[in-house]
Amino acid sequence: MNQSDTTEPMIRLDRVSKVYPGQSSPAVAELSLDIARGEVLVLVGPSGCGKSTTLRLINRMIEPSNGRIIFDGEDVTGVNPDLLRRRIGYVIQQIGLFPHMTIADNVATVPRLLGWKKDKIRARVDELLDMVGLEPNVYRDRYPKELSGGQAQRCGVARALGADPEVLLMDEPFGAIDPITRDRLQNEFLRLQSELKKTIVFVTHDIDEAMKMGDRIAILKESSQIAQLDKPEHILAYPVDDFVDDFIGSGSTLKGLSFERVRDLELSPYPMIRHNAGHAQARRVLDEAPQRWLLVLDDMDRPLRWVNDSHLDRTDRPLRDLGHPVRAKVEPNATLHDTLEAMLTSMAGCACVIDKRGSLQGVVEIEALTDVIRRLRANARKHYEDENGQSQPTGTPS
Amino acid sequence: MAPGLRLLRGNVGLMVAPVVIAIAGVLLAVRVGGAEKDFSEASALQWSERLWPQLRRHIELTMWSTFWVLIIAIPLGILLTRPRLKFLAGPVLTVANSGQAIPAYGLLVLLAAWLGTTFSTAVIAFTIFAILPVLRNTMVGLDQVDKSVIEAGRGMGMSRRRALVSIELPLAVPVILAGVRTALVINVGMAALAFLIGGGGLGETINSGLKLQRDLTTFTGAAMVALLALTVDWIAAVAERVLRPRGL
Ligand SMILES: Nc1ncnc2c1ncn2[C@@H]1O[C@H](COP(=O)(O)OP(=O)(O)OP(=O)(O)O)[C@@H](O)[C@H]1O
Ligand SMILES: [Mg+2]
Repeated sequence: MNQSDTTEPMIRLDRVSKVYPGQSSPAVAELSLDIARGEVLVLVGPSGCGKSTTLRLINRMIEPSNGRIIFDGEDVTGVNPDLLRRRIGYVIQQIGLFPHMTIADNVATVPRLLGWKKDKIRARVDELLDMVGLEPNVYRDRYPKELSGGQAQRCGVARALGADPEVLLMDEPFGAIDPITRDRLQNEFLRLQSELKKTIVFVTHDIDEAMKMGDRIAILKESSQIAQLDKPEHILAYPVDDFVDDFIGSGSTLKGLSFERVRDLELSPYPMIRHNAGHAQARRVLDEAPQRWLLVLDDMDRPLRWVNDSHLDRTDRPLRDLGHPVRAKVEPNATLHDTLEAMLTSMAGCACVIDKRGSLQGVVEIEALTDVIRRLRANARKHYEDENGQSQPTGTPS
Repeated sequence: MAPGLRLLRGNVGLMVAPVVIAIAGVLLAVRVGGAEKDFSEASALQWSERLWPQLRRHIELTMWSTFWVLIIAIPLGILLTRPRLKFLAGPVLTVANSGQAIPAYGLLVLLAAWLGTTFSTAVIAFTIFAILPVLRNTMVGLDQVDKSVIEAGRGMGMSRRRALVSIELPLAVPVILAGVRTALVINVGMAALAFLIGGGGLGETINSGLKLQRDLTTFTGAAMVALLALTVDWIAAVAERVLRPRGL
């Protein structure tokens, strides 16, 4: 694709400013930002802080008042904007499908501008419609008014991908859509991106969407000042100031847990026993362990029951009939967020980690989670202190 | 024929109008043909010598003035909606408005005094009269195009001209055509005044009927103008439907 050094950023904003005519304060003030190849950078911030303006400066829909924009190693501040834009996919907030053109013609916009051959365009259109989940035979000849909101969004994304641009600018692409459809579009988008590996600048005002979509997130204050720029898990673990703290809102610790996975936990030993063992042996195992509950396993090491002291006292029925059934089971790739939810519903306050066949791999206790949270905080703080010698970051991530 | 019919389906008015016009035309012909006429009436209502040439002249006047209106008003409307010339839009609309406010008769006489009594003078006068609706509708039509659609086009690398030709104008077509339809109807009516400056047209029949106090003659001329106006309006309405971009 490109011969230039891959460590060089795909897009660099170098002290870019924009003052709209007749306005006293700049919409964007001296913004410097590097966007790496293949990353999804999310711009998030309160309404009117200059997110859209920043995005539109990149493809020069708006001319900067000051500063330089480097695209793929080339200063594009002075090049023909029409040619520049054909290399950059652009999804606007209002979608903006051409109502008088069929879906196929909409998607073919940029390939036509680039003068592709008819056959190539037709094949490309079908490929793109397929990619965004619109059956070409059904939708090719429809008009935009014959699409639902979600289908129109998909079509907008397909159109932006028209000539396979390396860079995609997306301004609240899933804004005006019901939560369920939005969630589905987000997931499809992430799946698509894991194959396409485009460089994407994604604007949203929804911090949860930012956390979900972004490899990195830039939280912007007014005039597009960067309050914090980092990986979502760092921002959640260590908001640098009150503005960021307020913006990410309550529950940031919980949200942070959805970036960690069970398989990365170090699990401490847990008292367990086979279902055919006797009560005396069960009591011995339980007494030796600090935990209050004993986990009963079947012949395949699949967790069966939670049993405690009082159950053992009461009868001499086999262990497999005692106590409470094990419901909280998670697979190794579950997030800690989901794991915590499972633990809260469990009698013993623990979640069993099981493999594909259902065999036990370990037990997650609440201490394991608090350890993770403590470690995340410490790492994030250290990351900022290393970088600046103090905790006053704005800059680039590790 | 079949696709044309399909386009008209669902609009009863458009299908009925030509039938009504045709029936009215036949009734008029029967009435006039069967009436007892004195000498002046008989010569004024002579088809091949009088009415037919006047009708043709009337249509020519209408077509030419509408043609010039389109040639002038649409490009002007486009120019006046471009960002660089937008500041001129207000003043130009004011001038165009006042063009229409001048009494038709006065304008005709002024132009005749200046340019002489010819066919072209009449065409120029009617062009001035009918410019406003087309100019205004072109500007309104272009202005009402959803800005986000244009932004999407420009944002994908369409040049200004390309965005104008393949987005703005097609989306403005319905509004522009409505203006053209108005202009056509205005021009059919106006052409009835062309006789004042020797421009011919059905106005001559109406005028001679009035002067000689022959009601049948006056009625025939007026009815023919009315039928022509209805026909032109019907053709324009069909054109609006056919030319309207699909998907809107
Ligand atoms: N074309 C314009 N002319 C003048 N001022 C503008 C223009 N566009 C935006 N602004 C101003 O610039 C500032 C930033 O606007 P921008 O659209 O970039 O905000 P945003 O962060 O995208 O907000 P939102 O989340 O509401 O979309 C706002 O104060 C806005 O009023
Ligand atoms: Mg915005």
